[in-house]
Amino acid sequence: MGKFQLITKGLVKENPTFVLLLGMCPTLATTTSAINGMSMGLATLFVLVLSNMAIAAVAKVIPDKVRIPAYIVIIATFVTVLQFLMQAFTPAIYETLGLFIPLIVVNCIVLGRAEAFANKNTVMDSACDGLGIGLGFTMSLTILGLVREILGSGSIFDWKFIPDDSDGILAFVLAPGAFMVLAYLIVLFKKVTAKKGE
Amino acid sequence: MEYIFIIISAIFVNNILLSQFMGICPFLGVSNKLSTATGMSAAVCFVITLSTVVTYLLQYYVLVPLGIEFMQTISFILVIAALVQMVEIILKKVSPALYQALGIFLPLITTNCAVLGVALMVVTKEFSYMGGEPHMFNLGESTVFAFATSLGFGLAMILFAGLREQLALNSVPKPFKGIPIALITASILAMAFTGFSGLV
Repeated sequence: MGKFQLITKGLVKENPTFVLLLGMCPTLATTTSAINGMSMGLATLFVLVLSNMAIAAVAKVIPDKVRIPAYIVIIATFVTVLQFLMQAFTPAIYETLGLFIPLIVVNCIVLGRAEAFANKNTVMDSACDGLGIGLGFTMSLTILGLVREILGSGSIFDWKFIPDDSDGILAFVLAPGAFMVLAYLIVLFKKVTAKKGE
Repeated sequence: MEYIFIIISAIFVNNILLSQFMGICPFLGVSNKLSTATGMSAAVCFVITLSTVVTYLLQYYVLVPLGIEFMQTISFILVIAALVQMVEIILKKVSPALYQALGIFLPLITTNCAVLGVALMVVTKEFSYMGGEPHMFNLGESTVFAFATSLGFGLAMILFAGLREQLALNSVPKPFKGIPIALITASILAMAFTGFSGLV
């Protein structure tokens, strides 16, 4: 498989959110607006690419029995780096995403890619794989955030298109809307990709 | 009195699954049957309470005195992983029956974000109830909070599993089969839980 295919497969065929249904906690929790969703996606992308590369580089040295704890330590290290970077450069986003930044450690997508791809492929291929899956995750989170933002607060990327004194449908910003919008987006995604396959 | 507020708030108002979205993977993954959902909830309850106590002590007796709070994420996840492993070994020896019942769920709990989430929450966030001063939790409050949160997890999990058992008997449109209809069910359940907001 070429490098380009490694990157594009994460967008549609192995989309982590709509097809593999991984990493549901940040998907539901941080997509109150398109910008929040995108930031969370990019933060995960950062960790995913770096941890994939590091794990691919050291996979042969780690004894098989302790590989999972070792992967978790590597991932946690990059998450800590990310926390420092975000605290320094984007403190506002760090505040909004809050607890879900450290929780990238237990995001099944990251550990899943380490176990399923990075530990048996080269560093370059693993980087492309991380990039692809990360972009797919970012894309899904942005779409989910966008839909919830349009319905819930009547704005697109913080630009409000409804009159200032009116509100959106609050339920879509709150918890019920997260589950509801995700359910319909999964159905829509299935429908669209199924047609393409024919 | 404050303990009662913490308990009500953690179980109903800020339900860990339905309003904070932590631990969604087991919520969707093992909620097909009521019996497995109950087993999972019991295992999670056990691990959340235990790991919160241990990580709380770690934070205030090791990390803070040494000035290395930034090691929180790494050290907490290691403690949780070790703890889960230890619980597994002890249970196997002490109570084989309980081990049989919880068996498969225990290793899964390490990657349940509710466990790390609660452990991080009690040491990073300030809480205030009924207009009281916002303050960091002490050990007693943390323990009660962790236990109540895991009860909330169990409540949502068991309610949801009951709903899904009924749902399995109904005919669902084909594209909605499986996860989508489960998510819509969760959405309605979450809607019911928003009714509790403003209670505390």
